[in-house]
Amino acid sequence: MKKTFALLASTSLISVGTSALAVDLEVTHWWTSGGEAAAVAEFARLFNENTEHTWVDGAIAGAGGTARPIMIGRITGGDPMGATQFNHGRQAEELAEAGLMLDLTDLAEAEGWHDFVNPTSLLDSCTIDGRLYCVPINIHSWQWLWLSHQAYEDVGLPVPTNWDEFIEAAPALQEAGKIPLAMGGQPWQAVGAFGVMAIALAGKDAWSAVHIDHDAEVAAGPEFARVFEAAAQARAFSARSNVQDWNQATNMVISGQAGGQIMGDWAQGEFQVAGLVAGEDYSCLPGLGVTEIISTGGDAFYFPKINDPEVEAAQLELASLMISPEAQVAFNLKKGSLPVRGDVDLEAANDCMQKGLEILATGNILPDANQTFSPDTQGQIEDLMVEFWNDPNYTPEEAQRLYAEIVARAD
Amino acid sequence: MSSARRARDGARPPIRLLRNLSSKLAAIPMVLVGLGVFVGGTIWTIVHSFTDSRLLPRLNWVGFDQYERLWSTRRWLVSIENLAVYGIVSLVLTMCLGFFLAALLDRKIRFEDTFRTIFLYPFALSFIVTGLVWQWILNPDFGIQSVIRGLGFSGFNFDPLYNPDLVIIGLLIAGLWQGTGLIMVIMLAGLRGIDEDIWKATRVDGIPIWKTYIVVIIPMMKPVFVTALVLVTSGIVKLYDLVVAMTSGGPGISSEVPAKFVYDTLFTRQNLGQGFAASTMMLVTVAIILIPWAYMQYREKRQ
Repeated sequence: MKKTFALLASTSLISVGTSALAVDLEVTHWWTSGGEAAAVAEFARLFNENTEHTWVDGAIAGAGGTARPIMIGRITGGDPMGATQFNHGRQAEELAEAGLMLDLTDLAEAEGWHDFVNPTSLLDSCTIDGRLYCVPINIHSWQWLWLSHQAYEDVGLPVPTNWDEFIEAAPALQEAGKIPLAMGGQPWQAVGAFGVMAIALAGKDAWSAVHIDHDAEVAAGPEFARVFEAAAQARAFSARSNVQDWNQATNMVISGQAGGQIMGDWAQGEFQVAGLVAGEDYSCLPGLGVTEIISTGGDAFYFPKINDPEVEAAQLELASLMISPEAQVAFNLKKGSLPVRGDVDLEAANDCMQKGLEILATGNILPDANQTFSPDTQGQIEDLMVEFWNDPNYTPEEAQRLYAEIVARAD
Repeated sequence: MSSARRARDGARPPIRLLRNLSSKLAAIPMVLVGLGVFVGGTIWTIVHSFTDSRLLPRLNWVGFDQYERLWSTRRWLVSIENLAVYGIVSLVLTMCLGFFLAALLDRKIRFEDTFRTIFLYPFALSFIVTGLVWQWILNPDFGIQSVIRGLGFSGFNFDPLYNPDLVIIGLLIAGLWQGTGLIMVIMLAGLRGIDEDIWKATRVDGIPIWKTYIVVIIPMMKPVFVTALVLVTSGIVKLYDLVVAMTSGGPGISSEVPAKFVYDTLFTRQNLGQGFAASTMMLVTVAIILIPWAYMQYREKRQ
């Protein structure tokens, strides 16, 4: 650790300096899977075509957990990139507070971002002390239960339309040698699935009390007891999944080996690649079919402060381009996410995406847990969930007690 | 100072500081690095472990809060327990196996070079590669378990990496496989340093070979054992990459280790204060082992 800090200190002596008008802007992100890379290539294409600047791609392999420390290390160490991805939320909060990020307030006011960005909570996440520091680019929601029609046909049952039916049908699937609920072994998947159950089963009010007001009493109360009960059931029905990656679990649903999977809307890409049709071969139930609410997580771009007016101009041009209607449509169609603008038309979107757009239009939305909890609190919940999910003897009551403690400490 | 030197220098007493001036000058960069990076860094870390620093360090004092939270965190307690189990077992087995292999090689066997190379080769691999290889070997679907089941023993079960109670054994297998070779080579060098005459003398006295090793050879090899001990222990405390490559701390949190806790807390969870508290505890643990040992060494020298 000490060595790392020494390295950071020494790199701070090196600063980026460019003199030409056309700027090479390095953009770092962790979009490395096929669909993701295709989506980010749209940004690069539009940036290179529409401005005299050049997009230098700085993809960091290994998902956000690996990439974020590298990005933060470069920014705090004095070797900032031109622009960088973070999730909506509080991951870059302290960097902006410390004045390491470019202030985008003037650009946002000139272009009227507040008029067309929907939901506006995305801009709130970018705002610190009244100044705007990031440009939101897409909305990903977690609240989806993906169901395999094949699996239910095999056991002669109708496809469930909500969580209770899903639980009722689960023993039949188990008898037929199928896994009712596919679940990858990586920690974030257990945390995500728990979050989905919390919104769907505890309801909007209880969820908001815990996540926004950090009310530990509600976290220890009856609404969340139901959530932990459901999580314990899900744990039993997902045992023996024996896969790690989320897309391997999705493949079990695609092949009919598993009844369903709780996973974000990015799972849709896998069904599309496999040639399955929404509504015929698979179903998607937003909010587990219980509470049709989606959370508005997703990605935003931040522009580290570089004391060079030309680079700054290029950064502002890129920010403006990313939120333009053209880029929003091109990027989000490839990514499978929803656009952040309420005024663009996604004709090419499929059934499940349309469902998401409808819910978004009705305003049944909540912020993502990343927006309401700090990475520290999220990490503690992750540790709790990982242990709970992997140990069948871990009682829901004990997990709920520890959960309430974490919420009480949250800041 | 020796009296011979004093005589040569005559009446003028030399200035102590200027003695061996060139070597002292040469040592200055190392001393500065040592003070700045190690001592300075350590103090900085300890100081900030008493603050509520999150993503960026700041001096906002919170007393022992970080330590209280640390010791009530289940993951930290599991990490400490894992390191203790892994540390003790791996220390004992590495030293015993390393010495045993070295003693066998020292019996003037045929193909000694070949065997030595085979045993030492794993050490040339990084922990990441070692971890990946053993993750595959221990995978129940295409590793040892499936091979033995394929031979007809269909009830055979061996999947330590997927069993929270056995996962530490999986780590130990990989760790021993990687580290024993080096200790063997060090021990072998020590054995080669033993004078042939000692062996001849014990043979004349009719002492059995095993007894010679235990009563005569091992006590003579004390410095070699100390070197090996230092190498093995330092490797144990910084155990990190093997776990990341083999299990990422799973299943559940059953194979977490302190170094991984520190890294995750500092960088992915953006909680410097908590991470510094954890790394300070690691330092304290090492100090608790090291200080009595250093004190004993010092006293021995004085006597």
